[in-house]
Order: sequence, then structure tokens, then C-alpha cells
Amino acid sequence: MTIDTGRSDNLADLLRTNTAALTARWVEVAAATLRGRLTTAELERELAELYNALLAGVDSGSRDVAAEPYAELRALLTDMSRRRARTGFSPSETAVTVYALKQAVFELIDNDAVEGGLREVVAFSRLLDAFGLQTFESYAKAREEVIDEQAEQLLELTTPVVKLWDGVLAVPLVGTLDSARTQVVMEKLLEALVTTGAAHAIIDITGVLAVDTQVAQHLLKTVMAARLMGAECTISGIRPHIAQTIVALGIEFGDITTKSSLADALRHALRRSGVEFTAAERRR
Amino acid sequence: MSAVERIPILKIGDVLLASIQVDLQDRDVLALQEDLAEKITATGAHGVVLDISAVDIVDSFIGRMFATIAATSRLFDAHTVVVGMRPAVAITLVELGLTLGEVRTALDLEKGLAILAELGERAPR
Repeated sequence: MTIDTGRSDNLADLLRTNTAALTARWVEVAAATLRGRLTTAELERELAELYNALLAGVDSGSRDVAAEPYAELRALLTDMSRRRARTGFSPSETAVTVYALKQAVFELIDNDAVEGGLREVVAFSRLLDAFGLQTFESYAKAREEVIDEQAEQLLELTTPVVKLWDGVLAVPLVGTLDSARTQVVMEKLLEALVTTGAAHAIIDITGVLAVDTQVAQHLLKTVMAARLMGAECTISGIRPHIAQTIVALGIEFGDITTKSSLADALRHALRRSGVEFTAAERRR
Repeated sequence: MSAVERIPILKIGDVLLASIQVDLQDRDVLALQEDLAEKITATGAHGVVLDISAVDIVDSFIGRMFATIAATSRLFDAHTVVVGMRPAVAITLVELGLTLGEVRTALDLEKGLAILAELGERAPR
């Protein structure tokens, strides 16, 4: 038996014989940093799981974080970190939860000095450091995923295609238009034209605060593409200062129909599809 | 080298219908153009419907084909309607900067035929 494994056993022994005391203390220290945002029962369950996985890893004699015996612990930590990232904990809080075990173990070592002393402590400390860092990394990754998801949802959310009438679709655009969004608008509108068989589409830009050449270009392309598919496309709700910008930039809307309000555009579309308007006779 | 794909041209009333179901090669397109011209003279059709609802990919050559076919049929006093263009195809054509000129478009075959009927009424023979 080599000295190394002997030492490992030493640490493993320490962790195993003091399981109850260490987990209890760990929960206590960790709970202090979380300030009651997680119930003690939840934390206990979480940490007991981690502790068991850690014990299994340490038992194997390996001190390499990336080694096979720690796979379960790594998975658990990634899980925990993700969960916390989604519920709004800061990465330090997550990492500190892991580091809290250090304190628990060090206190124990102070209390009754363990053989092998310093080296043991340093090795264990390094191990926990690495795991703490891992929670940091998975935290950042989880956050990025959340952000990507939200960006995607935002794109989807902000570009609804609504049916105004039989054969008339409208896309009310609100907010800032950029190339990515106009692209989405274009694709969604054209898809909707195919699925509904609508012959008229209205792009309403009342809620759009600014238009630059590129965006205007995209809008024009959308109209042209809709035309190629056999649908007529009207642009409505151009704000006065946007109209001025468009003219100042020298953007040609050509023979594309533009209307000042959505109502006008709808009336135009209905007329084109042969709907007649008559005021209902007042009965009195 | 595979044989030239002949696209069947169907006659409905005085309208010719060519439904394109395959990925078009340049020579298929040329063959279609010739066939259509011959068929129009033979039948005296007043309208041509090109159904491209099964076409996923177009290039500039095929894009120009629509305009060429339309111009050719105009010489025989027939109108051309392209029906069922897919969004991806429409976007591609716009990005390529192609306009179809005189070609009318419709979302589906039914609307295409309605357009032809309307055009026929406007200019009765």
C-alpha cells in the first residue's frame, strides 16, 4: 500500500465517520450565506446528495476532479448550479455553498487533529476549489442559455401575424426594427400567407420608432416577396418623422401602397377583395 | 447523363397548366419553354398557369424563365400566372433582385385560374 492511498483513506475515513456532523454543519454554514431563500429541508437534501457523491469519489482514492469517480458529483453540481441560475441566485452564492464544506471540515480538523494534517487539508481544499469553480462555469452557461432563450422568445413574441378579416392578414410591428427581426417578420408573414391563403397583408409600423435604410430595404423585400407569391402587401402607420427620414434617405417605395393608418389599409384591402361598405340605416 | 425531364402540360378549357414537380435543370426549363410555345399555338389557349408549389430551389436562370415564358405567351395573346410560390423561393428571388416583370402571381391554382378568367373577360375575343 502506498502512502498516497493511505492518506486518501485517512480523509475518506474522516468524511465517513463524521458524515452526520459534517453535513449538519455544512447545511448550517451554507444556510447562513443563503439567508433563508432556500428551505433547510431542501438544502439538506441537496447537500446530503452532494456529500454522498463526494464521499464515493474520495473513497476511490482519486483526487483528480476530472476523474471518473467524481462524475456523479460533477453532474449533481451542474444540476444544482443550473437550478440556482434559473431561480436567480448569484454565482458566488452557489460557489460559497460548496466552499462551506471546507469550513465544516476545517473546524473538525481543528477540534481533533487528524494525522497527515496539512497535506490532507490542502488536497481536500484544492478539490473543493475545483468543484466551486465548476459551479461557477455551469452557472455562467445556464445563464447564457436563459438569455438566448429569452432573445428567441422576444423575437417570436414581438412579431405576431393576426387575421383582420377573411383573406386579410396584418403584422403590427412595435419597438425597434433590426435586420434579424425584419427577417423573422418576413418569414412569418410569408408562411402565414401560404397557410391561410390570404391575398392581402398589411404591415403596420405605427409602433416603430426608427427606420434606417437597411430596415426599409427589408420591408420592401418583404412586400416584393409577398407579391411574388401572389399576395398584395400594404404598409401602414408610417410616423411623420419616419416619413421624413425615408424621404431624406431617398428610399423609393415605388408602386407599393402605403396608408397612413391601419384602418385605411384595411379598408383598401377589403375594397380590393370586393367588399362593399354601406352605412347601416338608423332605425328610430 | 439523364434524359431531359419533360414536364406534362395539361389543358383545362382554354388554359394550359404546367405543374412542376421536380427540381429543375436548365435544359428542362428550355424544353418546357419550347413545349409551352408549341402547345399554345396548337390549342389557341388564352392562359398559362405554372404551378411551382413543389419547387424548393430556384436560381436566377429559372427565375428569368418565368419572365421569358410570360413574354413568349404574350406574343400568342396568352397571359401567364405563376401559382403556389413558396416563401423560401420568393425570398430567394427577391434577394437575387429578380422581378418577374409582366408575370402575374397567385397563392394557389384556384386564385390563378380566377385571375386568368378575369383577364379573359376584360379582353373578350
